[in-house]
Amino acid sequence: MRSLALWRAAGLAVLLAVAALIPLAGNVELTQVSVLVLMYVGAAVAWNIFSGFTGYISLGAAVFFGTGVYTVALITKHLNLVGGVVFALYPLGGLAAAVVAVPFGLVALRVRRHTFVVVTIAVFFIFQLMASNFSWTGGAVGIIPQYLNWDQATVYNPFYYTALLIAVAAIVLAWAIWGSRFGLQLRAIRDDEDRARGLGVKTMRVKLTAFVISGFITGTLGGLYFYFQSDALPQYAFNPFFDLTIALMAFLGGFGTLAGPIFGALLLEPYLGWAQQQVTNTYVAQIVLGALFLIVIIFLPRGILPTVGEKLTAFRAYRRRRAAERGAGPPPGLPVGATAAGSPGPTTRSAS
Amino acid sequence: MTALLRTEGVSKAYGGVQALSGCSIQVERGSIAGLIGPNGSGKTTLFNMITGYGRVDSGDVYLNDTKITSLAPDKVFALGIGRTFQLTRVFSRLTVMENMIVAAHHKERSGQTGRFRNPFARAGGAATRKRAMELLEFTGIAKLAGDRAETLSYGQRKLLELSYVLIAEPEIILLDEPAGGVNPTLIGTISERIRALNRGGTTFLIVEHNMEFVMGLCDQVTVLDYGNAVVSGPPDTIRNDRRVLDAYLGSAEEDDDSSAA
Repeated sequence: MRSLALWRAAGLAVLLAVAALIPLAGNVELTQVSVLVLMYVGAAVAWNIFSGFTGYISLGAAVFFGTGVYTVALITKHLNLVGGVVFALYPLGGLAAAVVAVPFGLVALRVRRHTFVVVTIAVFFIFQLMASNFSWTGGAVGIIPQYLNWDQATVYNPFYYTALLIAVAAIVLAWAIWGSRFGLQLRAIRDDEDRARGLGVKTMRVKLTAFVISGFITGTLGGLYFYFQSDALPQYAFNPFFDLTIALMAFLGGFGTLAGPIFGALLLEPYLGWAQQQVTNTYVAQIVLGALFLIVIIFLPRGILPTVGEKLTAFRAYRRRRAAERGAGPPPGLPVGATAAGSPGPTTRSAS
Repeated sequence: MTALLRTEGVSKAYGGVQALSGCSIQVERGSIAGLIGPNGSGKTTLFNMITGYGRVDSGDVYLNDTKITSLAPDKVFALGIGRTFQLTRVFSRLTVMENMIVAAHHKERSGQTGRFRNPFARAGGAATRKRAMELLEFTGIAKLAGDRAETLSYGQRKLLELSYVLIAEPEIILLDEPAGGVNPTLIGTISERIRALNRGGTTFLIVEHNMEFVMGLCDQVTVLDYGNAVVSGPPDTIRNDRRVLDAYLGSAEEDDDSSAA
């Protein structure tokens, strides 16, 4: 066990070192793509803190993202801010999203399962419509920040390190929550909410807290996105595609696990970036994404990492069994199957 | 009035079905009370009304002479009423130990001083884990502590449910069919554990179809029929009561309850 933890720590350190070195490669395009990858890692992890841990599938994360985008956009516009100082505003985007999450959660978290999904989609469209119709949001024209007069070779580096910081913070937070009393309550709600309530868990408060935390991280990423993308437009800030993508990332990697959403985002976002460059019609990439979603839900409902982990456990148990059979041989008079049944078998395939 | 738990004229209808109509029962402190009656007589509904899983239409529930009618389940639990479910409800993807820790939160919190709590504190302190292990040993499933609850057999889940209700040290425990679908050896274990806990001061209210189990364990048995408490008394009286025989055996076409024999 000790050595396993050591290996893990070493692996993480290497990953982090590689991540920190990417902008130093001097490839502007690579850095630019990596910013988006890291943002999706952060967003998928944030989504998982609420939806993955509690089992409430939200398709309204773009509400938080867009709120973050517009909050930072409006502040920079009205205060005429430009340059590095804007980076200090990103937490304000998160704060605004967290504030939005409270009434959003109080309404949506009264219902469960499919109804909850529908409510989150409805709230999402309300926000998108507000962004494109109010005059103070710039309507369909949106808001454009002042031109950033930085060296083109390294212009994305600050964005990169900010995205890395947010992603790592989100991962550490998710890990801290997972093993905490709070995280255990979230997972108890996922398994049987009414029972959790009957054991003294204040379910509404617990769910809402996770929803707000998730919203804060996503909103902060929205703030970063505004300056990185140099625009706040209703269809990109409040993007239904964003909701689907992060949900798919979490499902692909492993819904409700710690590493799953990270893995899913690292796998999927580079593909999306690549696909958008290959085909001029972006809808092709989106159709593929939709199809992928269906395939994952049907064939890999628990995601890649849990499924692979299960297969590995089964394989190890099989090898142990084989080794035991070779070592001792089956007791005389007993069929081979009896030995196999008696030894620790693969973990039961749980209900999907 | 020494009743620890009592209901007064509790009524509850689901759609057109009157599940309870003015049901009044009493459970004395320190006793093991039984609640029997044919299927659909309102036993589980009464449990739900007491523990806050649904609103009472009319009537009241009292714990220690304090009105607790229609309080939310978490509040009822905090006041000292623990319960198990007929179809066991455990957190299937949490380990057995984690199941225990979820139920222990309330207890852990009340032991702390000061307002501030670290929300990221690891779940379950050493004291809680030790207590949880003791209880799991008491119910005989300690060796499963690290396993996910979904891998447990039905009987083991019943024991886990009992264990995690115990960790919160409720004053009274409501058991919904603790012996249902459990093998005879395990039934013996369960009944022995209930007796031991009762000697330690815990009050029980038990719904059960297994007559041998109820009659052997309970001090006081109440019979429910058509949402009403028809008779209450010591097991010997109940066994020979005309109304009980009517309610249970009834006429031939009403007899759909084989386990009641």
